[in-house]
Amino acid sequence: MIKGDRMRILLVDDEEELVSTLAERLFFRNIKADWVTSPDDALELAKNNRYDLALLDVKMPKINGFELKKKLTEQHPNMKFIFLTGHGLDKDYPIDISEAEVFNYLAKPCNIDNLIKTITNVLSSNKG
Amino acid sequence: MGWLLKKIFLGVLDMSIFHRIIPKFWHYQENTTVNLKNIGPFEYKPMLNFKRIWKAAIFLIIIVAIIPLISMSYIDYKATQKAVESEFIFQISRLVSNTRRSVSFFFAEHKSALDFTAHNTTFSELNNYKQLAIILDNLEKSFGGFADLGIIDSHGNQKTYVGYHNLKGRDYSKQPWFNEITSTGNYISDVFKGFRDIPHIVVAIKRNLPNDSFFVLRAAIDIKRFNKMLSQLQMSGAGDAFIINNKGILQTPTKDHGKILEKISIPVPEYSSKTQVIKQIDSNGEHLLIGYAYITETPFILMIVKREEKLMKLWHNARKGPILFLAISIIIILFVTLGVTTYLVNQMYLADLRRIRNLHYVEYSNKMASIGRLAAGVAHEINNPLAIINEKAGLINDLFTFQKKYANDPKLAGIVNAIISSVDRCGLITKRLLNFARNDIVRIKTVNIKETINEALAFQEKEAEYKCIIVTLDIPDDIPSIKSDWGKLQQIFLNLISNAIASMENGGNFVIKVIKQDNSLAVMFIDNGCGIPLEDLGHIFEPFFSTKTQQGGTGLGLSITYGLVREIGGSVTVESQIGKGSTFTVFLPLV
Repeated sequence: MIKGDRMRILLVDDEEELVSTLAERLFFRNIKADWVTSPDDALELAKNNRYDLALLDVKMPKINGFELKKKLTEQHPNMKFIFLTGHGLDKDYPIDISEAEVFNYLAKPCNIDNLIKTITNVLSSNKG
Repeated sequence: MGWLLKKIFLGVLDMSIFHRIIPKFWHYQENTTVNLKNIGPFEYKPMLNFKRIWKAAIFLIIIVAIIPLISMSYIDYKATQKAVESEFIFQISRLVSNTRRSVSFFFAEHKSALDFTAHNTTFSELNNYKQLAIILDNLEKSFGGFADLGIIDSHGNQKTYVGYHNLKGRDYSKQPWFNEITSTGNYISDVFKGFRDIPHIVVAIKRNLPNDSFFVLRAAIDIKRFNKMLSQLQMSGAGDAFIINNKGILQTPTKDHGKILEKISIPVPEYSSKTQVIKQIDSNGEHLLIGYAYITETPFILMIVKREEKLMKLWHNARKGPILFLAISIIIILFVTLGVTTYLVNQMYLADLRRIRNLHYVEYSNKMASIGRLAAGVAHEINNPLAIINEKAGLINDLFTFQKKYANDPKLAGIVNAIISSVDRCGLITKRLLNFARNDIVRIKTVNIKETINEALAFQEKEAEYKCIIVTLDIPDDIPSIKSDWGKLQQIFLNLISNAIASMENGGNFVIKVIKQDNSLAVMFIDNGCGIPLEDLGHIFEPFFSTKTQQGGTGLGLSITYGLVREIGGSVTVESQIGKGSTFTVFLPLV
């Protein structure tokens, strides 16, 4: 995050109604969020833009959130990620975390204040 | 031997201790079939009839083990009995032969002596009293037993007589023996008791004279010599040796077959030129072995009678050892058979019980997993639209807050807030469902007991609310977290909580209490419900034990709870009083 700059976030979820509304709400809170409804579009968008953080749905058609994260990281090594999941919040979510990466999860439906807090945390703690 | 078996077998069955050690499978069929009626897709049909297997096994083992043993023993018994018997028969036969030779010799000897005298001495010499007295004296000295001596002429008149009686001049011509000797040339009389009551026989021989006339030399012979010989025969089996004549009159004394000159009690054996041994039953029903031989040229039959029972007594005594051994073997076989069969069938029964329990546990687990997957699917699918509703309502709220456009309508703001809080509630429900769905995954992790109890309780919250049950949690804050299988723990708590709530009437009191002990946590579920009867208390953790089979209970809840507690290394106990309530305590290891 470049100081003084408005932070830019990419929202990826196959539910258009969700991501569009979320982008609008974040805009009210001074966060510029672009949204797409498919991983392909996300990669396309990420080619030409720089995002501080991506909010990804775990379960999407074709490729899931974790795979998308890998591909985005290849393009933008400094990009941070938060995952949204409909599977409930659980620290021991039984999806293979073989690379021992610490992911940030948010359960659907989530409170907007929680989301802002998590975004701020991720961007500040994982600086550099 | 059959009665013995029967007695032992019935004895074993009748023993009161048998009722105490009666194996578990004995009443298996009756009890289980009733309880197994309502258990759902697994229509349990008892595969094995344990009582019948037990009976068949016992029966077969007894047949293959004991019957050959008894048969062999019986055959051996009969064979040896026969061998011993023929040995005795052979002994008797030999003894009779030998004795007959001696007896024959006695008669032949005395007859030959008379014969020699008759030929060696002239009639006139014999007719001389003095000469005859000398001859008698010499005969007595040489052969013994000669009691008197007399000469009888061809007309049957006693011409000369030396002896105790005065028989001179007696006429024998009308007597049968005189006729017999006239034709045959010699004669041996039956025994008679003469002077001084001494048994004698008369031996007479005929000597032809040149003038076609003849005389008879007649002597009475004392037979005590062969009486002595007969009585001195060493015999086993209460043996008795004696002589009878061909009319069955005893000629010598006997031990127990009558007095001399009496008629013998057993029938006269039929004629045979050889030594014979026959079996007979006497008037007392005793089995006799009778050896006999007709003594040639005499009216006498030598008999040796032995009592079979006495003879066999020794052998019977010798047989006691093997018979005792047989009896002990049979008893041991019976006990070992009973013990081993009972043990094995009981093991089969227990294995079958375990099999059924596992089957149902698998069924239960599958059911729970299916419910879990269904719940997770539903929750996940609901979460997505829920998230949209949440964001949309949030956006409306944002519009109020950030754009102030609609802020002057407090009613609208209230509606939006109501939507958001309802979404929150829905979110809570779907989260709970998702947590529940994760039960089928076995994972050991750090578990906070209070949280887990609260989560389990949340599923029964509404039920408790409807029944106005007051739920009290008494969980101190210093209760440590434990490492355990969270999913199993939650199922255990869920089962116990739902049981407790089901057992209570409206307005009950339900307390969940956690106490830290030395190396375990005691989680107590205390209800004041209907309680459990004392006689059922020992069975409630057994599979299929249910008092609610009529209401669709499977009787598996507590047995599965018990199994789960055991799987996570804990234990569960129960205390209950009818009408006052029950307390289930789960002990969880702290380490």
